[in-house]
Amino acid sequence: MSDLSLRPEIVRELSSSEDFGVIQKELTVFEQLFNQAWLRKSIILVLIAVAWEVYGRYLDNPLLVPTFNDTVTALWGGLKSGVIPDRTWTTIVILFKGFAAGVFLAAVMTILAITTQVGTDFLETVTAMFSPLPAIALLPLALIWFGLGQGSLIFVMVHSVLWPLALNTHAGFRAVSPTLRMVGRNYGLSGLMLVLKILIPAAFPSILAGLKIGWAFAWRTLIAAELVFGVASGKGGLGWYIFESKNQLDIPEVFAGLLTIIVIGLLVENVIFRTIELKTVRRWGMQN
Amino acid sequence: MGTELDQTLPQPLLDVRGVTLQYKTREHLVTATYRVDFSIQRSDRFVLLGPSGCGKSTLLKAVGGYMAPVEGEIHLKGTKITRPGPDRMMVFQEFDQLLPWKTVRQNVTFALTTSGKLRGKAADEKAMQYIDKVHLTRFADAYPHTLSGGMKQRVAIARGMAMEPDILLMDEPFAALDALTRQRMQDELLQLWDETKFTVLFVTHSIAEAVKIGNRILLLSPHPGQVKAEMNSVPRDGDPALAAALEARIHDMLFADRVEEDEHV
Repeated sequence: MSDLSLRPEIVRELSSSEDFGVIQKELTVFEQLFNQAWLRKSIILVLIAVAWEVYGRYLDNPLLVPTFNDTVTALWGGLKSGVIPDRTWTTIVILFKGFAAGVFLAAVMTILAITTQVGTDFLETVTAMFSPLPAIALLPLALIWFGLGQGSLIFVMVHSVLWPLALNTHAGFRAVSPTLRMVGRNYGLSGLMLVLKILIPAAFPSILAGLKIGWAFAWRTLIAAELVFGVASGKGGLGWYIFESKNQLDIPEVFAGLLTIIVIGLLVENVIFRTIELKTVRRWGMQN
Repeated sequence: MGTELDQTLPQPLLDVRGVTLQYKTREHLVTATYRVDFSIQRSDRFVLLGPSGCGKSTLLKAVGGYMAPVEGEIHLKGTKITRPGPDRMMVFQEFDQLLPWKTVRQNVTFALTTSGKLRGKAADEKAMQYIDKVHLTRFADAYPHTLSGGMKQRVAIARGMAMEPDILLMDEPFAALDALTRQRMQDELLQLWDETKFTVLFVTHSIAEAVKIGNRILLLSPHPGQVKAEMNSVPRDGDPALAAALEARIHDMLFADRVEEDEHV
């Protein structure tokens, strides 16, 4: 029988760092390239374009599916003649007006909601009521109230931005830790200043998510609304461009219009929102 | 009996008289403390010690101005406390007490500028001076999420001290740290006290921490919190046996309750 307490004690010298061999080694060029998300996604885009071109040529019916080449030619033509930039600009101007109005209303509603109990009840009730209502379903009503024109478009866009943004922002405010609130009050902040200086930055990940959803809703709603009554005040937007081209059976132009919508959507998502995300919530470690 | 003794002492910095605190949960009205009295002199390291449920954190919140007593009053330098303010800086237990969207330096300057204490360059200099005191100069421009728990607490302490409040309120600031870091933080806090002699009200449930940090210890009993004893701690560089004896004495006082409880069952 051995006594366990008789085992010898062990004290060792650590080996010096030169003895380890590889601690850190650079990845190969291929591995490094493969780690770039933009590169992987670009490859997917190229594959889609190739598949499209092949299918278009195989089908050989430009009225159903024009080839990628035809579409790009039409897009280039539209860009050169200034029709597409013009229509896009009209759409974007209205979009900004509607988006800004929606953001403003959402800010007012959520600040009321976070400062008063009545405001909370009001916000919860109306978002529950209107959030599931598709903006397009309001178009007939908007037409009666605001007539053919910008007013109706902005009305439906406010509807599509306001609810998701208000809902997300409010949820974000409520998720701010009690400790952070107490820290803010410790500095002597209260009321609106507490909201501006503590709650809004602390809830920024949720607010940003709300803005992204709001943007996507607004963009879709706007294009759809333009398709229905696009000639707002004599100047149509992108939706109207698509509608017009379809009526004249210029199908490559229809595709060029759709492609423009996609490109703008991608740009806003991957350039504007992505940059904001990188500079804020990622940098602050509030989102991974 | 207290009046005679009080006259010999200078006007206390913080005076807590007959404070009963209650808060509501969804189902109950809970009495956290019942008629608690104590007073803190300038440069005290005053410790509130007690088991969980003795209302020590609630008491600290009341001193912070986050909740009003249902009975009794709290006075700071003769003025009744009614709301939170930068003259009583809190250091919380939670690591998320730093604003994640600001760097270490910005976190400290933001406190100074927002409370209207200092502005611009003066605020920045004051901030760096205290960041230096907690040995975080190298991390001044780092965001909080890149720091370890102990470093975050050091920033919170720097922030609290940079405000040069009348009293620093610390709510179990080292409870969420590992034992080694915790010991180092306690030593650092005492070092800082040696340098600036700030007044601190420190909440803990660790007897050893109370004896080490405090110069005066208020012992609270649980459910609801009542003052059980107020005692002086041992000298810091004194005989370790004295500290051990005090710890044992406090332990017995807290433990006595439990024996009684057992006997009643």
